[in-house]
Amino acid sequence: MAPAASTKTTVQIIQPVSTRRRVIMGITFLVFAAITLLVFLPNTASDLTTSFGLTPGGLKRGAVDNWVVNSQLTLILISIVTVLLGIYQLVRGFGKRTNAILGLVALMFVFAFLTYAAKGKSVNIGGLISSSLSLAVPIILGAYSGILCERSGIINIGIEGMMLMGALVGALVGSVTKSPWVGLLGSIVSGMLLALVLAWLSIKYKINQIITGTVINIFGTGMTSFISAKFMQTNEALNNTPMFTRVPIPLLADIPFIGPILFNNNLFIYGTILVAIVLQVALFSTRWGLRLRAVGEHPKAADTLGINVIKTRYMGTLLGGMVAGFAGGYFTLGSVGRFDEMMSAGKGFIGLAAMIFGNWNPIGAFGAGMLFGFADAFGSKLSILGSVVPPQFMAMLPYIITMIVLAGLIGKGHAPAAEGTPYEKE
Amino acid sequence: MSEEPSKKQDLGKAALEEMKPPKEKKAGKRRPFGRALVIPLLAVFSGLVLGAILIVLTDMDVYAAFGQSFGAGIKAAFDSVVVAYGALLRSAFGDPARIVAALQGGDALEIRRAFNPFLESLVVSTPYIFAGLAVAVGFRSGLFNIGVEGQLFIGAAAATFVGYAVKGLPAIIHLPLALLAGAAGGALWGFIPGLLKAKTGAHEVINTIMLNWIAFRLTDWLLAGPMQRPTSGGMPITPEVEASAMLPQFFGAPIRFHLGFFIALLVAWLMWFLLFKTTWGFNLRTVGANPNAAKYGGMDIVRSTVIAMSLSGALAGLAGANQVLGVTHSMAMGLSSGYGYDSIALALLGNSSPLGVVLASLLFGFLRNGATQMMVATKIPIDIISIIQAFIIVFIAAPALIRAIFRIKAEKADETVFVRGWGG
Repeated sequence: MAPAASTKTTVQIIQPVSTRRRVIMGITFLVFAAITLLVFLPNTASDLTTSFGLTPGGLKRGAVDNWVVNSQLTLILISIVTVLLGIYQLVRGFGKRTNAILGLVALMFVFAFLTYAAKGKSVNIGGLISSSLSLAVPIILGAYSGILCERSGIINIGIEGMMLMGALVGALVGSVTKSPWVGLLGSIVSGMLLALVLAWLSIKYKINQIITGTVINIFGTGMTSFISAKFMQTNEALNNTPMFTRVPIPLLADIPFIGPILFNNNLFIYGTILVAIVLQVALFSTRWGLRLRAVGEHPKAADTLGINVIKTRYMGTLLGGMVAGFAGGYFTLGSVGRFDEMMSAGKGFIGLAAMIFGNWNPIGAFGAGMLFGFADAFGSKLSILGSVVPPQFMAMLPYIITMIVLAGLIGKGHAPAAEGTPYEKE
Repeated sequence: MSEEPSKKQDLGKAALEEMKPPKEKKAGKRRPFGRALVIPLLAVFSGLVLGAILIVLTDMDVYAAFGQSFGAGIKAAFDSVVVAYGALLRSAFGDPARIVAALQGGDALEIRRAFNPFLESLVVSTPYIFAGLAVAVGFRSGLFNIGVEGQLFIGAAAATFVGYAVKGLPAIIHLPLALLAGAAGGALWGFIPGLLKAKTGAHEVINTIMLNWIAFRLTDWLLAGPMQRPTSGGMPITPEVEASAMLPQFFGAPIRFHLGFFIALLVAWLMWFLLFKTTWGFNLRTVGANPNAAKYGGMDIVRSTVIAMSLSGALAGLAGANQVLGVTHSMAMGLSSGYGYDSIALALLGNSSPLGVVLASLLFGFLRNGATQMMVATKIPIDIISIIQAFIIVFIAAPALIRAIFRIKAEKADETVFVRGWGG
């Protein structure tokens, strides 16, 4: 799932490829191949095998046997394919497909690394992808929140604050009513209220939107920590959140490999996938989406055509806040079961990064979020496997990738043209 | 808004206008000092009032008292605020009664203890001054440095490393060296987004946010790996810096008041001089106020952007170095209590002027130090300060809101645009 989505992302980002970029990419592929050949291969004995688990731990439905491969042979195969791709890229170039091939090469490299690191042992790929997905959920939802706001022309860097608020209110309301559904409603409404503040200050008072977003973050962090310290730490009954349980989808959950990973989850993971599809269709194939994007790109033109710019911006921002609140609910109602201060741990900011990496497209953001989630899950896997790469460096990857994308080294994204500027009717 | 078109039509004229010495241009517009203070003061006041309302709303005793009678409820609400803010003031400035008693008693330790709250507030204010200046320099040059937190961590790590790894130097060399290392570390972390912005147009807000998290992960790794104290027993903390790298403290325990405060004031003065009394600072401010005019006037925008971000980062790095060398003497992850974000509030509150930032930093320092003790005395979590700060930022950033509340007549709009969208 992860690889397919992430390659799609890169396809959408790319621009026509320059000669310089073609050569750089070709060399990059060859470097990957060289590492596989010169570092992994010599240290792998020919009789060792690597065993890949394909079902996340603890699940029975759709379980399949481990996939056992000969470590050395796999590494040789991967390096041959990578070398061929690299040579073709250097000589002819893959043109528009360059970044898709880059994704493929990177994926093969990760696979080669896993084969090498777990030689003679086993590694659970199913579990790895599954935990990538659950780590990616708040990132992806955060990115959606950003997309909804920014496509309408309002910069939202307050996603983190909205998430924290959603998490706290979800935990509090859920604990009091003993119903995860009411808790979730609370999460969504609280995210929406903070978005209302963002929209109101940005639209009515024309405050710099970065400042407004920062205020939302400071307020969100301060308020949640305040309430948590004042009430929830002293009264555990207020912080005993009911959680959404796993709901396997009939038939689909029995598909080998994919079923347990995708179709045996809780509401939030289904919700994330559903929102991705709905948002993609709504933004790019409906009149509603066209209008929202028009307001974000060229509000004056949109206004001339009779679109209510102010109303559209409120709508986009409020929807964005609701999604951020939903994402916050995931922490308490879908993942942990209680509220802890600062529990969103920067996921809102990675969501912002995923939004940029995904070029302000829902499907792209989904791919980017999965990639970032995978980097996170892979990092913790690495530390278990006893790798030399510290998990902290893996955790840095999303940020570094985003900076590279932003600098235009992989392919430049395009932000909505009018975001950040208040609209003034003349 | 109405001036925009004509300015764009004649860029040359606009550029010339910008080139004129600032004195001439501002002579007619100069506001009396008192006027300039009205909005900030009212913003702080409103923030404190909203904080008080929150204290009352979350005080269960108040609800209980309202259950008895309306009068009792009002009294309880009033008491609740007085007790909380009273504790805040006492622990920010010191208890007058205790100071008098201590002076009469003549016991040296007791005198130090009595004066400690006030001096401790100054200690808390010090990193705020550095961090606030960092954001202010950015604002003045048209850049939004949200990365103060990350720059602070990198600066602190660099200063700590020089502080404990270099041995045998006299303090007169070691301390400046450690401070410089802190500034250099922060400058590097500011240089990166500055260069990216200047060369590729990548927006500094996103890049500094990303660099913040990279800095957190990096220090996370440093503290648990290469820089870990051998005797820490697995705790992520560095060795203590050498005594020669510590900022000297002026009084005996428990007073932690150290040289850093005066260095901060000196740096603030230096920033004022740089920004407002040198050609270099004039260029920087022109690029910030009107990049088109600056370009037309032949100023090097790339250089200005890179230098401004590096300088901003260096100031943030000094904030980190100051904390390590002056207060904690070793580095752990809990180094910063959110100075990075608070600094944005400080720069806004101080109108990005060094003097303003110093005053705002003192205010925040006293508030935060007071709140620490208020938490002990009244069980009101210290996070209330963050909430009050959020309110203050809103009121400063939206003067229209303050004017609406207090019915002040609007002055001519001269609000600065600090940043443009990601594309700009």
